Amino acid sequence: MLSQESLQQIDREIAKYPPEQKQSAAMSALRIAQVEKGWLPKEVIEFVASYLGMPAIAAYEVASFYNMYDLEPVGRHKITVCTNLPCALSGGVHAADYLKEKLGIDFNETTPDGKFTLKEGECMGACGDAPVLLVNNHHMCSWMTKEKIDQILAELEDK
Amino acid sequence: MSGSGLILAGVDGDRAWGLQDYVARGGYSALRKVISEKIPPETIIAELKASSLRGRGGAGFPTGLKWSFMPRSFPGAKYLACNSDEGEPGTFKDRDILRYNPHTVIEGMTIAAYAMGCERGYNYIHGEIFEVYERFEAALAEARAAGLLGQNILGSDFSFELFAHHGYGAYICGEETALLESIEGKKGQPRFKPPFPASYGLYGKPTTINNTETFASVPFIINMGGEAFLNLGKANNGGTKLFSVSGHVNRPGNYEVAMGTPFAELLEMAGGMRGGRKLKAVIPGGSSAPVVPGNVMMDCTMDYDSISKAGSMLGSGAVIVMDETTCMVKALERLSYFYFEESCGQCTPCREGTGWLYRVVHRIENGLGRKDDLDLLNSVTGNIMGRTICALGDAASMPVQSFVKHFGSEFEYHIENKKCLVPPEVQYEGSQIYVRP
Repeated sequence: MLSQESLQQIDREIAKYPPEQKQSAAMSALRIAQVEKGWLPKEVIEFVASYLGMPAIAAYEVASFYNMYDLEPVGRHKITVCTNLPCALSGGVHAADYLKEKLGIDFNETTPDGKFTLKEGECMGACGDAPVLLVNNHHMCSWMTKEKIDQILAELEDK
Repeated sequence: MSGSGLILAGVDGDRAWGLQDYVARGGYSALRKVISEKIPPETIIAELKASSLRGRGGAGFPTGLKWSFMPRSFPGAKYLACNSDEGEPGTFKDRDILRYNPHTVIEGMTIAAYAMGCERGYNYIHGEIFEVYERFEAALAEARAAGLLGQNILGSDFSFELFAHHGYGAYICGEETALLESIEGKKGQPRFKPPFPASYGLYGKPTTINNTETFASVPFIINMGGEAFLNLGKANNGGTKLFSVSGHVNRPGNYEVAMGTPFAELLEMAGGMRGGRKLKAVIPGGSSAPVVPGNVMMDCTMDYDSISKAGSMLGSGAVIVMDETTCMVKALERLSYFYFEESCGQCTPCREGTGWLYRVVHRIENGLGRKDDLDLLNSVTGNIMGRTICALGDAASMPVQSFVKHFGSEFEYHIENKKCLVPPEVQYEGSQIYVRP
Protein backbone atom coordinates (compact mmCIF):
# COMPACT_ATOMS: atom_id res chain seq x y z
CA MET A 1 0.00 0.00 0.00
CA LEU A 2 2.80 2.44 0.90
CA SER A 3 6.33 2.63 -0.46
CA GLN A 4 9.32 1.27 1.43
CA GLU A 5 10.54 4.82 1.90
CA SER A 6 7.26 5.93 3.47
CA LEU A 7 7.26 2.92 5.79
CA GLN A 8 10.79 3.73 6.91
CA GLN A 9 9.71 7.28 7.67
CA ILE A 10 6.75 6.00 9.66
CA ASP A 11 9.04 3.65 11.60
CA ARG A 12 11.23 6.61 12.55
CA GLU A 13 8.13 8.36 13.92
CA ILE A 14 7.02 5.29 15.89
CA ALA A 15 10.43 5.22 17.56
CA LYS A 16 9.73 8.62 19.16
CA TYR A 17 7.11 7.15 21.47
CA PRO A 18 7.08 4.49 24.20
CA PRO A 19 6.82 1.00 22.58
CA GLU A 20 3.24 0.46 23.76
CA GLN A 21 2.13 3.86 22.34
CA LYS A 22 2.47 3.32 18.60
CA GLN A 23 -0.81 5.14 18.01
CA SER A 24 0.99 8.37 18.88
CA ALA A 25 2.57 8.19 15.43
CA ALA A 26 -0.86 8.35 13.76
CA MET A 27 -0.64 12.02 12.81
CA SER A 28 2.80 11.67 11.25
CA ALA A 29 1.93 8.39 9.56
CA LEU A 30 -1.17 9.88 7.96
CA ARG A 31 0.87 12.89 6.84
CA ILE A 32 3.53 10.65 5.30
CA ALA A 33 0.85 8.56 3.57
CA GLN A 34 -0.82 11.69 2.23
CA VAL A 35 2.44 13.03 0.82
CA GLU A 36 2.90 9.77 -1.10
CA LYS A 37 -0.69 9.33 -2.28
CA GLY A 38 -1.71 12.97 -2.75
CA TRP A 39 -4.74 12.46 -0.52
CA LEU A 40 -6.11 9.91 1.95
CA PRO A 41 -8.47 7.31 0.48
CA LYS A 42 -10.26 5.12 3.02
CA GLU A 43 -8.09 2.09 2.33
CA VAL A 44 -4.90 4.08 2.99
CA ILE A 45 -6.28 5.22 6.36
CA GLU A 46 -7.17 1.61 7.16
CA PHE A 47 -3.68 0.49 6.19
CA VAL A 48 -2.08 3.12 8.47
CA ALA A 49 -4.38 2.00 11.29
CA SER A 50 -3.40 -1.65 10.95
CA TYR A 51 0.28 -0.73 10.64
CA LEU A 52 0.03 1.10 13.98
CA GLY A 53 -2.18 -1.54 15.57
CA MET A 54 -5.09 0.80 16.18
CA PRO A 55 -8.77 0.51 15.18
CA ALA A 56 -9.48 1.85 11.68
CA ILE A 57 -12.20 4.12 13.08
CA ALA A 58 -9.67 5.77 15.41
CA ALA A 59 -7.37 6.58 12.49
CA TYR A 60 -10.34 7.87 10.51
CA GLU A 61 -11.27 10.10 13.47
CA VAL A 62 -7.80 11.63 13.36
CA ALA A 63 -7.84 12.07 9.57
CA SER A 64 -11.23 13.78 9.68
CA PHE A 65 -10.54 15.96 12.73
CA TYR A 66 -7.41 17.79 11.53
CA ASN A 67 -8.08 19.93 8.51
CA MET A 68 -4.75 19.55 6.66
CA TYR A 69 -5.63 15.95 5.81
CA ASP A 70 -7.43 15.66 2.49
CA LEU A 71 -10.15 13.03 2.48
CA GLU A 72 -10.98 13.82 -1.14
CA PRO A 73 -8.65 14.12 -4.12
CA VAL A 74 -7.03 17.52 -4.58
CA GLY A 75 -5.09 19.02 -7.49
CA ARG A 76 -1.38 18.42 -7.90
CA HIS A 77 -0.77 21.61 -5.92
CA LYS A 78 -2.96 22.64 -3.02
CA ILE A 79 -2.78 26.33 -2.19
CA THR A 80 -4.22 27.43 1.13
CA VAL A 81 -4.58 31.13 1.81
CA CYS A 82 -5.20 32.62 5.24
CA THR A 83 -8.07 35.13 5.36
CA ASN A 84 -8.33 35.44 9.14
CA LEU A 85 -8.54 38.93 10.63
CA PRO A 86 -4.85 39.83 11.09
CA CYS A 87 -4.07 38.64 7.55
CA ALA A 88 -7.19 40.32 6.15
CA LEU A 89 -5.98 43.67 7.51
CA SER A 90 -2.87 43.31 5.34
CA GLY A 91 -4.46 41.98 2.16
CA GLY A 92 -5.22 38.29 2.83
CA VAL A 93 -8.65 38.55 1.23
CA HIS A 94 -7.33 40.52 -1.74
CA ALA A 95 -4.63 37.88 -2.26
CA ALA A 96 -7.30 35.17 -2.17
CA ASP A 97 -9.41 37.11 -4.69
CA TYR A 98 -6.41 37.47 -6.97
CA LEU A 99 -5.73 33.72 -6.79
CA LYS A 100 -9.38 32.96 -7.58
CA GLU A 101 -9.23 35.25 -10.59
CA LYS A 102 -5.90 33.87 -11.87
CA LEU A 103 -6.92 30.24 -11.44
CA GLY A 104 -10.55 30.75 -12.45
CA ILE A 105 -11.77 28.77 -9.44
CA ASP A 106 -13.38 29.42 -6.07
CA PHE A 107 -12.35 28.03 -2.67
CA ASN A 108 -12.56 24.22 -2.46
CA GLU A 109 -12.38 23.90 -6.25
CA THR A 110 -9.76 22.39 -8.55
CA THR A 111 -8.71 23.73 -11.95
CA PRO A 112 -10.01 21.60 -14.85
CA ASP A 113 -6.45 20.49 -15.69
CA GLY A 114 -6.11 19.08 -12.17
CA LYS A 115 -3.12 21.25 -11.34
CA PHE A 116 -4.39 23.53 -8.60
CA THR A 117 -6.80 23.33 -5.68
CA LEU A 118 -7.58 26.47 -3.71
CA LYS A 119 -8.47 26.38 0.00
CA GLU A 120 -9.30 29.01 2.58
CA GLY A 121 -7.17 28.49 5.67
CA GLU A 122 -7.41 29.46 9.30
CA CYS A 123 -4.61 31.06 11.28
CA MET A 124 -1.22 29.66 10.28
CA GLY A 125 0.64 31.52 13.00
CA ALA A 126 2.46 33.82 10.59
CA CYS A 127 0.27 36.95 10.75
CA GLY A 128 3.26 39.30 10.56
CA ASP A 129 4.03 37.93 7.08
CA ALA A 130 0.56 38.60 5.62
CA PRO A 131 -0.59 37.80 3.03
CA VAL A 132 0.48 34.21 3.61
CA LEU A 133 0.00 31.11 1.44
CA LEU A 134 0.67 27.50 2.22
CA VAL A 135 1.69 25.37 -0.76
CA ASN A 136 1.00 21.64 -0.48
CA ASN A 137 0.64 21.92 3.32
CA HIS A 138 4.35 22.19 4.03
CA HIS A 139 5.78 25.20 2.26
CA MET A 140 4.89 28.63 3.59
CA CYS A 141 5.09 31.69 1.34
CA SER A 142 5.25 35.08 3.05
CA TRP A 143 4.42 38.66 1.97
CA MET A 144 2.51 37.61 -1.10
CA THR A 145 2.17 40.49 -3.50
CA LYS A 146 0.43 39.91 -6.83
CA GLU A 147 3.84 39.68 -8.52
CA LYS A 148 5.02 37.00 -6.09
CA ILE A 149 1.79 35.05 -6.53
CA ASP A 150 2.36 35.14 -10.32
CA GLN A 151 5.88 33.87 -9.81
CA ILE A 152 4.85 31.02 -7.51
CA LEU A 153 2.05 29.89 -9.81
CA ALA A 154 4.49 29.88 -12.74
CA GLU A 155 6.97 27.76 -10.80
CA LEU A 156 4.30 25.28 -9.70
CA GLU A 157 2.88 25.08 -13.22
CA ASP A 158 5.96 23.13 -14.34
CA LYS A 159 6.19 20.86 -11.33
CA MET B 1 11.91 40.67 13.72
CA SER B 2 13.92 42.55 16.26
CA GLY B 3 17.30 41.30 17.42
CA SER B 4 17.11 42.81 20.90
CA GLY B 5 15.88 41.54 24.27
CA LEU B 6 16.96 38.15 25.62
CA ILE B 7 15.50 35.40 23.47
CA LEU B 8 15.97 37.26 20.21
CA ALA B 9 19.29 38.86 21.17
CA GLY B 10 21.93 38.12 18.57
CA VAL B 11 19.72 35.95 16.39
CA ASP B 12 20.20 36.49 12.69
CA GLY B 13 17.16 35.21 10.84
CA ASP B 14 17.80 31.92 9.07
CA ARG B 15 21.59 32.17 9.44
CA ALA B 16 22.52 31.74 13.11
CA TRP B 17 20.05 29.16 14.44
CA GLY B 18 22.50 26.26 14.78
CA LEU B 19 24.26 24.86 17.81
CA GLN B 20 27.61 26.55 17.14
CA ASP B 21 26.04 30.00 16.90
CA TYR B 22 23.89 29.37 19.95
CA VAL B 23 26.90 28.36 22.01
CA ALA B 24 28.76 31.46 20.74
CA ARG B 25 25.85 33.51 22.13
CA GLY B 26 26.37 31.85 25.52
CA GLY B 27 23.95 29.01 24.86
CA TYR B 28 23.86 25.87 27.01
CA SER B 29 25.85 27.63 29.76
CA ALA B 30 22.77 27.46 32.02
CA LEU B 31 22.42 23.72 31.51
CA ARG B 32 26.17 23.23 32.08
CA LYS B 33 25.90 25.23 35.28
CA VAL B 34 22.90 23.24 36.54
CA ILE B 35 24.64 19.94 35.89
CA SER B 36 28.20 20.78 36.94
CA GLU B 37 27.10 22.55 40.14
CA LYS B 38 24.43 19.89 40.78
CA ILE B 39 21.94 22.65 41.55
CA PRO B 40 19.05 21.13 43.52
CA PRO B 41 15.70 21.09 41.68
CA GLU B 42 14.11 23.07 44.51
CA THR B 43 16.61 25.88 43.93
CA ILE B 44 15.73 26.03 40.23
CA ILE B 45 12.04 26.21 41.04
CA ALA B 46 12.70 28.88 43.67
CA GLU B 47 14.59 30.97 41.07
CA LEU B 48 11.66 30.67 38.70
CA LYS B 49 9.28 31.80 41.40
CA ALA B 50 11.56 34.74 42.18
CA SER B 51 11.67 35.67 38.48
CA SER B 52 7.89 36.07 38.39
CA LEU B 53 7.93 34.36 34.99
CA ARG B 54 4.33 33.79 33.94
CA GLY B 55 3.13 31.44 31.21
CA ARG B 56 3.71 33.07 27.84
CA GLY B 57 1.09 31.06 25.97
CA GLY B 58 -1.85 33.13 27.09
CA ALA B 59 -3.00 32.14 30.56
CA GLY B 60 -0.16 33.86 32.41
CA PHE B 61 0.04 31.23 35.15
CA PRO B 62 3.18 31.50 37.33
CA THR B 63 5.66 29.01 35.89
CA GLY B 64 7.53 28.24 39.12
CA LEU B 65 4.27 27.40 40.86
CA LYS B 66 3.25 25.12 38.00
CA TRP B 67 6.56 23.26 38.19
CA SER B 68 6.15 22.80 41.94
CA PHE B 69 2.92 20.85 41.32
CA MET B 70 4.84 18.00 39.71
CA PRO B 71 5.20 15.02 42.03
CA ARG B 72 8.98 14.61 41.74
CA SER B 73 8.97 11.52 43.89
CA PHE B 74 6.36 9.75 41.74
CA PRO B 75 8.11 6.51 40.79
CA GLY B 76 6.82 5.99 37.23
CA ALA B 77 7.30 7.92 34.01
CA LYS B 78 6.86 11.68 34.03
CA TYR B 79 6.53 13.79 30.90
CA LEU B 80 7.25 17.28 29.72
CA ALA B 81 5.40 18.94 26.83
CA CYS B 82 6.06 22.17 25.01
CA ASN B 83 3.07 23.90 23.50
CA SER B 84 4.17 25.31 20.14
CA ASP B 85 0.71 24.88 18.62
CA GLU B 86 0.50 28.53 17.85
CA GLY B 87 -2.79 29.15 16.05
CA GLU B 88 -4.41 31.99 17.94
CA PRO B 89 -5.03 34.67 15.30
CA GLY B 90 -2.43 37.38 15.74
CA THR B 91 0.18 35.17 17.44
CA PHE B 92 3.38 34.30 15.60
CA LYS B 93 6.19 34.55 18.16
CA ASP B 94 6.86 30.87 18.83
CA ARG B 95 7.48 30.35 15.12
CA ASP B 96 10.33 32.89 15.22
CA ILE B 97 11.76 31.46 18.45
CA LEU B 98 11.76 27.93 17.01
CA ARG B 99 13.22 28.80 13.63
CA TYR B 100 15.75 31.43 14.75
CA ASN B 101 16.72 30.17 18.21
CA PRO B 102 15.54 26.55 18.61
CA HIS B 103 18.29 25.58 21.04
CA THR B 104 17.05 27.99 23.70
CA VAL B 105 13.81 25.95 23.81
CA ILE B 106 15.75 22.68 23.95
CA GLU B 107 17.96 24.00 26.75
CA GLY B 108 14.97 25.37 28.67
CA MET B 109 13.09 22.09 28.36
CA THR B 110 16.12 20.09 29.46
CA ILE B 111 16.52 22.23 32.57
CA ALA B 112 12.78 21.84 33.22
CA ALA B 113 13.06 18.06 32.88
CA TYR B 114 15.96 18.09 35.34
CA ALA B 115 13.96 20.17 37.83
CA MET B 116 10.83 18.05 37.61
CA GLY B 117 12.36 14.64 37.08
CA CYS B 118 10.91 14.07 33.61
CA GLU B 119 12.51 11.41 31.46
CA ARG B 120 10.87 12.29 28.17
CA GLY B 121 9.41 15.31 26.46
CA TYR B 122 7.59 16.36 23.31
CA ASN B 123 7.46 19.67 21.53
CA TYR B 124 4.07 19.94 19.83
CA ILE B 125 4.53 22.18 16.79
CA HIS B 126 1.72 23.80 14.81
CA GLY B 127 1.20 21.80 11.59
CA GLU B 128 1.10 24.83 9.32
CA ILE B 129 4.71 25.71 10.13
CA PHE B 130 6.03 22.35 8.96
CA GLU B 131 9.35 23.85 7.83
CA VAL B 132 9.91 25.02 11.41
CA TYR B 133 9.14 21.50 12.67
CA GLU B 134 11.86 20.20 10.36
CA ARG B 135 14.31 22.81 11.63
CA PHE B 136 13.53 21.89 15.24
CA GLU B 137 14.20 18.25 14.43
CA ALA B 138 17.57 19.27 12.97
CA ALA B 139 18.36 21.22 16.15
CA LEU B 140 17.43 18.17 18.26
CA ALA B 141 19.85 16.05 16.23
CA GLU B 142 22.62 18.60 16.84
CA ALA B 143 21.95 18.62 20.59
CA ARG B 144 21.92 14.81 20.77
CA ALA B 145 25.18 14.54 18.85
CA ALA B 146 26.80 17.01 21.26
CA GLY B 147 25.72 15.07 24.33
CA LEU B 148 23.35 17.83 25.42
CA LEU B 149 20.29 15.62 25.09
CA GLY B 150 19.61 11.92 25.49
CA GLN B 151 21.32 9.48 27.84
CA ASN B 152 23.76 10.78 30.49
CA ILE B 153 23.66 14.42 29.50
CA LEU B 154 27.11 16.07 29.69
CA GLY B 155 28.43 12.90 31.29
CA SER B 156 26.09 13.11 34.28
CA ASP B 157 23.53 10.54 35.41
CA PHE B 158 20.73 12.77 34.17
CA SER B 159 18.98 11.57 31.00
CA PHE B 160 16.24 13.24 29.01
CA GLU B 161 14.82 12.32 25.60
CA LEU B 162 13.11 15.07 23.61
CA PHE B 163 11.14 14.71 20.37
CA ALA B 164 9.09 16.87 18.02
CA HIS B 165 5.44 16.11 17.31
CA HIS B 166 3.49 18.07 14.72
CA GLY B 167 -0.13 19.13 14.62
CA TYR B 168 -2.04 19.14 11.33
CA GLY B 169 -4.57 21.92 11.43
CA ALA B 170 -6.61 22.16 14.63
CA TYR B 171 -6.59 25.33 16.73
CA ILE B 172 -8.02 23.45 19.71
CA CYS B 173 -4.78 21.48 20.17
CA GLY B 174 -3.30 24.63 21.72
CA GLU B 175 -5.48 23.74 24.72
CA GLU B 176 -3.14 21.72 26.91
CA THR B 177 -5.26 18.61 27.41
CA ALA B 178 -6.32 18.54 23.74
CA LEU B 179 -2.61 18.72 22.95
CA LEU B 180 -1.99 15.65 25.11
CA GLU B 181 -4.82 13.77 23.39
CA SER B 182 -3.26 14.71 20.07
CA ILE B 183 0.18 13.41 21.10
CA GLU B 184 -1.58 10.18 22.01
CA GLY B 185 -2.71 9.94 18.38
CA LYS B 186 -6.32 10.91 18.91
CA LYS B 187 -8.57 13.73 17.79
CA GLY B 188 -7.80 16.79 19.87
CA GLN B 189 -10.73 17.10 22.22
CA PRO B 190 -9.97 18.67 25.61
CA ARG B 191 -10.23 16.60 28.77
CA PHE B 192 -12.26 17.56 31.77
CA LYS B 193 -10.13 19.00 34.59
CA PRO B 194 -9.52 17.87 37.31
CA PRO B 195 -7.54 15.71 37.20
CA PHE B 196 -4.93 18.22 36.08
CA PRO B 197 -2.01 17.13 33.87
CA ALA B 198 0.42 17.29 36.82
CA SER B 199 -1.32 14.21 38.19
CA TYR B 200 -2.89 12.68 35.06
CA GLY B 201 -1.28 13.88 31.83
CA LEU B 202 0.29 12.21 28.82
CA TYR B 203 -0.47 8.45 28.79
CA GLY B 204 -2.03 9.03 32.23
CA LYS B 205 1.29 10.05 33.79
CA PRO B 206 2.27 13.30 35.55
CA THR B 207 2.97 15.91 32.87
CA THR B 208 3.86 19.58 32.74
CA ILE B 209 2.99 21.66 29.69
CA ASN B 210 4.52 25.08 29.08
CA ASN B 211 4.58 27.45 26.16
CA THR B 212 7.61 27.72 23.85
CA GLU B 213 8.53 31.23 24.98
CA THR B 214 8.21 30.19 28.62
CA PHE B 215 10.79 27.42 28.14
CA ALA B 216 12.98 29.76 26.08
CA SER B 217 13.13 32.17 29.04
CA VAL B 218 14.40 29.55 31.48
CA PRO B 219 18.12 29.52 30.54
CA PHE B 220 18.27 33.30 30.96
CA ILE B 221 16.69 33.09 34.42
CA ILE B 222 19.20 30.45 35.49
CA ASN B 223 22.10 32.53 34.20
CA MET B 224 21.10 35.95 35.51
CA GLY B 225 19.11 34.83 38.54
CA GLY B 226 15.40 35.16 39.19
CA GLU B 227 15.56 38.61 40.70
CA ALA B 228 17.55 40.16 37.85
CA PHE B 229 15.02 38.71 35.37
CA LEU B 230 12.14 40.15 37.39
CA ASN B 231 13.81 43.54 37.47
CA LEU B 232 13.92 43.66 33.66
CA GLY B 233 10.15 44.02 33.82
CA LYS B 234 8.05 45.19 36.70
CA ALA B 235 6.61 43.66 39.88
CA ASN B 236 4.44 40.59 39.19
CA ASN B 237 5.35 40.93 35.49
CA GLY B 238 8.93 39.74 35.25
CA GLY B 239 11.27 39.79 32.32
CA THR B 240 11.00 40.58 28.66
CA LYS B 241 8.24 39.37 26.38
CA LEU B 242 7.82 38.92 22.66
CA PHE B 243 4.97 40.89 21.19
CA SER B 244 3.66 39.89 17.77
CA VAL B 245 2.42 43.06 16.15
CA SER B 246 0.13 42.58 13.14
CA GLY B 247 -2.45 44.56 11.21
CA HIS B 248 -2.31 48.19 10.20
CA VAL B 249 1.27 49.05 11.15
CA ASN B 250 4.26 49.82 8.93
CA ARG B 251 6.50 47.04 10.23
CA PRO B 252 4.49 44.03 11.40
CA GLY B 253 6.67 41.54 13.27
CA ASN B 254 7.94 40.34 16.63
CA TYR B 255 9.37 42.78 19.12
CA GLU B 256 10.90 41.60 22.39
CA VAL B 257 10.62 44.33 25.00
CA ALA B 258 10.59 44.63 28.77
CA MET B 259 7.27 43.94 30.42
CA GLY B 260 5.67 47.25 31.24
CA THR B 261 6.81 49.00 28.05
CA PRO B 262 4.23 51.59 26.98
CA PHE B 263 2.02 50.47 24.11
CA ALA B 264 2.80 53.75 22.32
CA GLU B 265 6.48 52.78 22.30
CA LEU B 266 5.75 49.31 20.92
CA LEU B 267 3.61 50.86 18.19
CA GLU B 268 6.48 53.17 17.31
CA MET B 269 8.89 50.18 17.12
CA ALA B 270 6.48 48.55 14.70
CA GLY B 271 6.80 51.57 12.45
CA GLY B 272 3.70 53.41 13.58
CA MET B 273 0.32 53.46 11.90
CA ARG B 274 0.27 52.51 8.24
CA GLY B 275 -0.24 55.50 5.95
CA GLY B 276 -0.37 57.76 9.01
CA ARG B 277 -3.99 56.73 9.57
CA LYS B 278 -5.77 56.97 12.89
CA LEU B 279 -5.72 54.11 15.40
CA LYS B 280 -9.22 52.75 15.96
CA ALA B 281 -8.87 49.63 18.08
CA VAL B 282 -6.38 47.06 19.33
CA ILE B 283 -6.79 43.44 20.31
CA PRO B 284 -3.85 43.26 22.72
CA GLY B 285 -3.49 39.54 23.43
CA GLY B 286 -4.59 37.39 20.51
CA SER B 287 -8.04 37.13 18.95
CA SER B 288 -9.64 35.76 22.13
CA ALA B 289 -8.77 38.84 24.14
CA PRO B 290 -11.41 41.57 24.42
CA VAL B 291 -10.89 44.44 21.97
CA VAL B 292 -9.71 47.77 23.42
CA PRO B 293 -10.54 51.17 21.85
CA GLY B 294 -7.46 52.91 20.45
CA ASN B 295 -7.47 55.88 22.84
CA VAL B 296 -7.63 53.59 25.90
CA MET B 297 -4.84 51.43 24.49
CA MET B 298 -2.53 54.43 24.01
CA ASP B 299 -2.49 54.86 27.80
CA CYS B 300 -1.66 51.18 28.54
CA THR B 301 1.65 49.55 29.24
CA MET B 302 2.35 46.07 27.90
CA ASP B 303 2.04 43.84 30.96
CA TYR B 304 -0.56 41.54 32.50
CA ASP B 305 -1.82 44.06 35.06
CA SER B 306 -2.17 47.15 32.87
CA ILE B 307 -3.98 45.33 30.05
CA SER B 308 -6.22 43.64 32.58
CA LYS B 309 -7.13 47.05 34.02
CA ALA B 310 -8.13 48.14 30.51
CA GLY B 311 -10.64 45.27 30.48
CA SER B 312 -8.65 42.89 28.32
CA MET B 313 -5.87 40.29 28.57
CA LEU B 314 -2.20 40.28 27.66
CA GLY B 315 -2.79 36.71 26.51
CA SER B 316 -0.08 35.50 24.15
CA GLY B 317 1.16 39.04 23.47
CA ALA B 318 -0.40 39.16 20.01
CA VAL B 319 -1.21 42.76 19.25
CA ILE B 320 -3.68 43.19 16.39
CA VAL B 321 -3.78 46.84 15.33
CA MET B 322 -6.80 48.20 13.46
CA ASP B 323 -7.07 51.67 11.95
CA GLU B 324 -10.05 53.82 11.05
CA THR B 325 -10.65 51.98 7.75
CA THR B 326 -11.74 48.86 9.66
CA CYS B 327 -15.41 47.90 9.89
CA MET B 328 -15.74 46.43 13.36
CA VAL B 329 -18.72 44.27 12.39
CA LYS B 330 -16.79 42.70 9.54
CA ALA B 331 -13.76 42.20 11.80
CA LEU B 332 -15.88 40.40 14.39
CA GLU B 333 -17.63 38.38 11.69
CA ARG B 334 -14.28 36.92 10.61
CA LEU B 335 -13.24 36.10 14.16
CA SER B 336 -16.60 34.51 14.94
CA TYR B 337 -16.32 32.35 11.85
CA PHE B 338 -12.93 31.17 13.10
CA TYR B 339 -14.28 29.97 16.46
CA PHE B 340 -17.28 28.34 14.78
CA GLU B 341 -14.90 26.51 12.43
CA GLU B 342 -12.49 25.49 15.21
CA SER B 343 -14.92 24.39 17.94
CA CYS B 344 -14.16 20.71 18.52
CA GLY B 345 -17.85 19.91 18.88
CA GLN B 346 -17.60 18.18 22.21
CA CYS B 347 -19.68 20.58 24.33
CA THR B 348 -23.11 21.60 23.08
CA PRO B 349 -22.98 25.27 24.25
CA CYS B 350 -19.78 25.85 22.26
CA ARG B 351 -20.59 23.69 19.23
CA GLU B 352 -24.04 25.26 18.75
CA GLY B 353 -23.31 28.64 20.31
CA THR B 354 -20.33 29.51 18.10
CA GLY B 355 -22.56 28.80 15.08
CA TRP B 356 -25.22 31.14 16.46
CA LEU B 357 -22.65 33.87 17.08
CA TYR B 358 -21.26 33.62 13.57
CA ARG B 359 -24.67 33.53 11.86
CA VAL B 360 -26.02 36.51 13.79
CA VAL B 361 -22.92 38.68 13.23
CA HIS B 362 -22.91 37.55 9.57
CA ARG B 363 -26.48 38.68 9.06
CA ILE B 364 -25.82 42.05 10.72
CA GLU B 365 -22.79 42.58 8.45
CA ASN B 366 -24.89 41.64 5.43
CA GLY B 367 -27.74 44.04 6.11
CA LEU B 368 -30.14 41.48 7.52
CA GLY B 369 -29.67 42.33 11.20
CA ARG B 370 -32.71 42.54 13.48
CA LYS B 371 -33.47 45.07 16.19
CA ASP B 372 -32.87 42.70 19.09
CA ASP B 373 -29.76 41.02 17.62
CA LEU B 374 -27.34 42.67 20.03
CA ASP B 375 -29.36 41.35 22.99
CA LEU B 376 -29.39 37.97 21.30
CA LEU B 377 -25.59 38.01 20.95
CA ASN B 378 -25.18 38.85 24.62
CA SER B 379 -27.61 36.12 25.57
CA VAL B 380 -25.81 33.49 23.47
CA THR B 381 -22.39 34.41 24.92
CA GLY B 382 -23.92 34.24 28.42
CA ASN B 383 -25.06 30.72 27.67
CA ILE B 384 -21.64 29.61 26.41
CA MET B 385 -19.33 31.12 29.00
CA GLY B 386 -18.50 28.91 31.95
CA ARG B 387 -20.53 26.02 30.54
CA THR B 388 -17.88 24.21 28.53
CA ILE B 389 -15.00 21.86 29.27
CA CYS B 390 -12.32 24.17 27.91
CA ALA B 391 -11.79 27.88 27.33
CA LEU B 392 -12.63 27.93 23.60
CA GLY B 393 -16.21 28.84 24.43
CA ASP B 394 -15.06 31.82 26.48
CA ALA B 395 -12.53 32.69 23.78
CA ALA B 396 -15.31 32.85 21.20
CA SER B 397 -17.55 34.92 23.49
CA MET B 398 -15.15 37.59 24.72
CA PRO B 399 -14.56 39.18 21.30
CA VAL B 400 -18.32 39.35 20.70
CA GLN B 401 -19.05 40.93 24.07
CA SER B 402 -16.25 43.47 23.81
CA PHE B 403 -16.89 44.47 20.18
CA VAL B 404 -20.57 45.06 21.01
CA LYS B 405 -19.67 46.90 24.21
CA HIS B 406 -17.14 49.29 22.70
CA PHE B 407 -18.43 49.61 19.15
CA GLY B 408 -22.16 49.02 19.71
CA SER B 409 -23.12 52.11 17.75
CA GLU B 410 -21.43 50.66 14.67
CA PHE B 411 -23.47 47.48 15.02
CA GLU B 412 -26.66 49.51 15.52
CA TYR B 413 -25.84 51.56 12.41
CA HIS B 414 -25.56 48.33 10.41
CA ILE B 415 -28.88 47.07 11.69
CA GLU B 416 -30.72 50.34 11.03
CA ASN B 417 -29.12 51.33 7.72
CA LYS B 418 -28.31 47.86 6.35
CA LYS B 419 -24.77 48.96 5.48
CA CYS B 420 -21.38 49.67 7.03
CA LEU B 421 -20.62 52.91 8.82
CA VAL B 422 -17.18 52.78 7.20
CA PRO B 423 -17.77 53.23 3.43
CA PRO B 424 -16.90 50.07 1.42
CA GLU B 425 -14.33 51.89 -0.72
CA VAL B 426 -12.51 53.05 2.45
CA GLN B 427 -12.48 49.48 3.79
CA TYR B 428 -11.28 48.21 0.43
CA GLU B 429 -8.38 50.63 0.40
CA GLY B 430 -7.45 49.87 4.01
CA SER B 431 -7.29 46.10 3.49
CA GLN B 432 -5.10 46.17 0.38
CA ILE B 433 -2.18 43.77 0.00
CA TYR B 434 0.56 45.32 2.09
CA VAL B 435 3.77 45.74 0.14
CA ARG B 436 6.72 46.05 2.50
CA PRO B 437 8.79 49.15 1.86
